[in-house]
Amino acid sequence: MGVIEISWWQLSLAFGLVLLLALLAWLARLGVSRSLLIASVRTVVQLFLIGLVLELLFSVGTLLWVSVLAVAMLLLAGREVMARQQRRFSGGWAYSIGTAAMFVSSFSIAVITLLVLVGPDPWYRPQYAIPLLGMLLGNTMTGVALGLDRLTEGAWQQRAQIENRLMLGQNWKQALGPIQREAMRAGMIPSINAMAAAGIISLPGMMTGQILAGTAPALAVKYQILIMLIITLGSGLGVMLAVLAGGWRLFDQRQRLRMDRLEMRAR
Amino acid sequence: MPPVTLHLKQVANALIEPFDLSLEPGRICCISGASGSGKSRLLRAVADLEPHAGAVLLDDLEQQRLPADQWRQRVRLVPAESQWWFDRVGEHFPAHYDGAGLEALGLPAQALEWQVSRLSSGEKQRLGLLRALAFPLQVLLLDEPCANLDGEATRRVEALLLARIRAEGWPVIWVAHDPAQIRRVADYRFQIKQKRLVEVTDGCD
Repeated sequence: MGVIEISWWQLSLAFGLVLLLALLAWLARLGVSRSLLIASVRTVVQLFLIGLVLELLFSVGTLLWVSVLAVAMLLLAGREVMARQQRRFSGGWAYSIGTAAMFVSSFSIAVITLLVLVGPDPWYRPQYAIPLLGMLLGNTMTGVALGLDRLTEGAWQQRAQIENRLMLGQNWKQALGPIQREAMRAGMIPSINAMAAAGIISLPGMMTGQILAGTAPALAVKYQILIMLIITLGSGLGVMLAVLAGGWRLFDQRQRLRMDRLEMRAR
Repeated sequence: MPPVTLHLKQVANALIEPFDLSLEPGRICCISGASGSGKSRLLRAVADLEPHAGAVLLDDLEQQRLPADQWRQRVRLVPAESQWWFDRVGEHFPAHYDGAGLEALGLPAQALEWQVSRLSSGEKQRLGLLRALAFPLQVLLLDEPCANLDGEATRRVEALLLARIRAEGWPVIWVAHDPAQIRRVADYRFQIKQKRLVEVTDGCD
């Protein structure tokens, strides 16, 4: 079974309806019309471009170009993590902590999944590698951003408490521990919730896509299960790494709480 | 822990120019000064809670030679506002704490069962002090320990502190505002004036 073609004028009809929504929001003075429009234009342009890139990549299919695209995705995800934090580490640390955590977790799990679990030939075959890594990175990014945001915000709000713990002779791990655990928890909750709701409240996008493309539901479901499990794995590992590294950066070698290493994002 | 002498050598930060100070066991040095003059930050430097210049020693043991948490297990800073993170007061105290000092400060023995969320600022200050003294220490740094207390409670805190300091031989740096209190407790009196730590001689506060 082939997929029914969607023509450009059909897409522009959908876009026109979004314009209508923006108009409604403007009339109701919600103050989101502008960002709604920008975001929908971004969706169109970004997806159109990645479509071109993927077509090109699939026709070439070498490890080098798959890696180039993977690294580009990682760097963009790192930027996104940084942009989502209110109070972030200064001097490039916000970017490097988030990016490094995502690199270690997403890349290692993507490679393991490709080599051991799915096993395409060759293992880096772009039709498998790129969507897999994309879904992993997208979700890990959300988790890492949430976790780091909670960590820095929690440390800021409870800085007096952290220091009082230090004054009583606790080491920095004891003093920061509750905040770190809370931040890790917060970062892991979205993927846990997604697993709990899967199939009941939401039909996950990838599975829906595969079914639309003609895959048997039983197989599409297996892929979806695999994806949700490794997403949880990747984002959980990424959050833990990022929050551990962030906690370490909040203190200096004399175990002093260094709030001067955080900066408020300019609004 | 055995009594020690506290030495500050050329200690300085952004607010205070380098100064020297030595305190023998059981001696109390009171420091006063306008708000924002750097009194609290001086205490924080001694407890190694923020970067600073100069050397701090317990006898001949240099601050930087001990891991920071072990340093603060010996050099106890009691902040003006104590913080509480568990539900009950008692959870913040060491397991072996027997309620020493509660009565002397006018607090009932059940105070350890109190909910932290219901503490008044005066109760927080007195309980925070008792908590700080419940863990072993060698040097005591007090940041306005009576700031939230009335006259009666202030006298009780002073009496308890003087007794414990004499018995244990802790060198003490005590940041205070009230000239009368300083006269009652101080062995040495200093003031921070124009970024300098200067000794106060009798008659001028």
